[in-house]
Amino acid sequence: MIATGHTRVQLSRLYALLFIFIFSSFALIARAVNLQVTETEFLQGQGKARYLRIVDIPTTRGIISDRNGEPLAVSTPVDSVWVNPAEVLQSPENLEPLAAVLGTDPDDMERKLTQRSGKEFVWLRRRLHPDVARQIKALNIPGVFLQKEYRRFYPAGEVAAHVVGFTNIDDIGQEGLELAYNEWLAGEPGSKRVIKDRLGRTVEEVELVNESKPGNDLHLTIDRRLQYLAYSELKRTVLKHGARSGSVVLLDLESSEILAMVNQPSYNPNHPGSENDGLRNRAVTDVFEPGSVMKAFAMTSVLEQGNVTLATQVDTSPGTLQISGHTIHDHRDYGLLDLTGVITKSSNVGMTKLALELSPEHMWDTYRRFGFGEATGSGFPGESAGVLRNHSRWRRLEQATISYGYGISTTVLQLAQAYAVIANQGRLRQPTFIQGVSNPLISVIDPQLARQIAGMLETVTGPLGTGKQARVANYRIAGKTGTSRKASASGYASRYVASFAGFAPASNPRLVCIVVINDPTGDLYYGGDVAAPLFSSVVKGALRLMNIPPDDYSALLVDAGKASDSGVSQ
Amino acid sequence: MNRRLLILIIVLLVDVGSALGVVYTRHQSRHFAVELGVLEAQHDSALAEWSRLQLEQAWLADASQIEQKARNQLNMNRPESTRFLVVRP
Repeated sequence: MIATGHTRVQLSRLYALLFIFIFSSFALIARAVNLQVTETEFLQGQGKARYLRIVDIPTTRGIISDRNGEPLAVSTPVDSVWVNPAEVLQSPENLEPLAAVLGTDPDDMERKLTQRSGKEFVWLRRRLHPDVARQIKALNIPGVFLQKEYRRFYPAGEVAAHVVGFTNIDDIGQEGLELAYNEWLAGEPGSKRVIKDRLGRTVEEVELVNESKPGNDLHLTIDRRLQYLAYSELKRTVLKHGARSGSVVLLDLESSEILAMVNQPSYNPNHPGSENDGLRNRAVTDVFEPGSVMKAFAMTSVLEQGNVTLATQVDTSPGTLQISGHTIHDHRDYGLLDLTGVITKSSNVGMTKLALELSPEHMWDTYRRFGFGEATGSGFPGESAGVLRNHSRWRRLEQATISYGYGISTTVLQLAQAYAVIANQGRLRQPTFIQGVSNPLISVIDPQLARQIAGMLETVTGPLGTGKQARVANYRIAGKTGTSRKASASGYASRYVASFAGFAPASNPRLVCIVVINDPTGDLYYGGDVAAPLFSSVVKGALRLMNIPPDDYSALLVDAGKASDSGVSQ
Repeated sequence: MNRRLLILIIVLLVDVGSALGVVYTRHQSRHFAVELGVLEAQHDSALAEWSRLQLEQAWLADASQIEQKARNQLNMNRPESTRFLVVRP
């Protein structure tokens, strides 16, 4: 009996225990279901956040190099320093050494950081010198961090500044080809998900989130040596004649590749400041009234029309001509000139008389075929199209002035493209800055005619011509001088643009060179005095550097036997 | 009975062995991942060094520098055109 009594008590305790067990296991199961089913996503996410990290895969901006692979723009990593203001301000005594390293005032820095204390990220200084970065790292101040960034360097500096351009502090192209090809150069940073251990080391790469696309390199057609040569000669000329600005463009005829394009004034792309005046690539963005260098194209139009032959004579006496109440002047009275003489002597009167025989439409069409009034399509940002008004709006005086280069405006690059047509047997090819661009030849004038014009242009550097100073020893040079008065608010001022456009060697042209000097303030201002010597020195150097054989030995020919006797080095 | 026990032991050993294998390969993979990170960092710094060297080379090979050195230190100059002889083969 006692046993049963015992049993009853035991049983009830057993049930109670059983109940508790069952209840708690239900509770456990419920909790497990809760965790495993309903909250699993949140919990797993939180768990992963403890060890999974998304890491950026940085890319570098592509290198810009010249035609021989010499770098013109290179990105290299540098450190930038940023701070978490709240963390740094907890121990303000750290500011003093930090400010000392950065060379700033500690009070100033404290004020700046206090103002921004609500933020968690403040740049202190970007793109540090490597030594400064090392010192900051050594200070080891809590809340001060270094961030790797890329900085762009331009080893050619001001010499190639206009063509290459520069990037801003966030590595985005701002000017020149850096701007035009920004996307091509920039690439795309990617990111990947990784597992990091306690020490911050990556222990496992889980997945690639975004693949990084490295920036592409850009190979220019510029030759750094020619660029330097043209730049130093241009700078010397601009200084010598007190000119306001100037440009030189050198074009390779075989491929219409731009070998050199330089301007004055220039700037240092490594520290682009606020010298807005120097930032423009004048050879492409600025237009000017070209003056007499346009006579080559007017003459093409005259010969195309076919009313005249090379032997036709034009009476330019008395050296002036009245058109619609305006007087057109020659330098002096040249008397009777044939067509070649008009070019050789650069007679405005002769050119006007010939041009007025033309239909405006035909003349306009000839100019258009040479590419005037239309951007060259070189792809350079801010390229100007120049101005060539439609022939239907030409008045008689306008047609006259356009024949000798007034009332029309062009860029230096357009002029180079047009002279390349004459040098290249009447075929036009779009000039390019980038290697490997396909720019087909388009035949725009008769090859025979182009040769005739080239022959006329060669007389300009001959004994009777205006461009004697453009000569290069041992080479035949064809070209045309130009001197134009600058238009101002009150008509044409006594300020000038001196230019020379030409190509060499004349027997088998390889190079086209255009030189424009804006507003020379010295005594000399004629294209033949200011621009032609610069043309000569640039082309001379270019012919030598490019190993182009001379085509005029007459002056200095010796036969091989004699040379080996006396020694060639003499 | 004895055979069953034998199979059980074998299976158990294989199981433990494969577990150890998993542990080992896991360790290996982490080890290689760390190594990869180190190599990538080396690659990055080599690239950085390369770009710096390229810049340095470009600066040293700068035409104005060379011209100055040639003119001032080596007393070189450009020959006059009268000192050129053209030899026709």
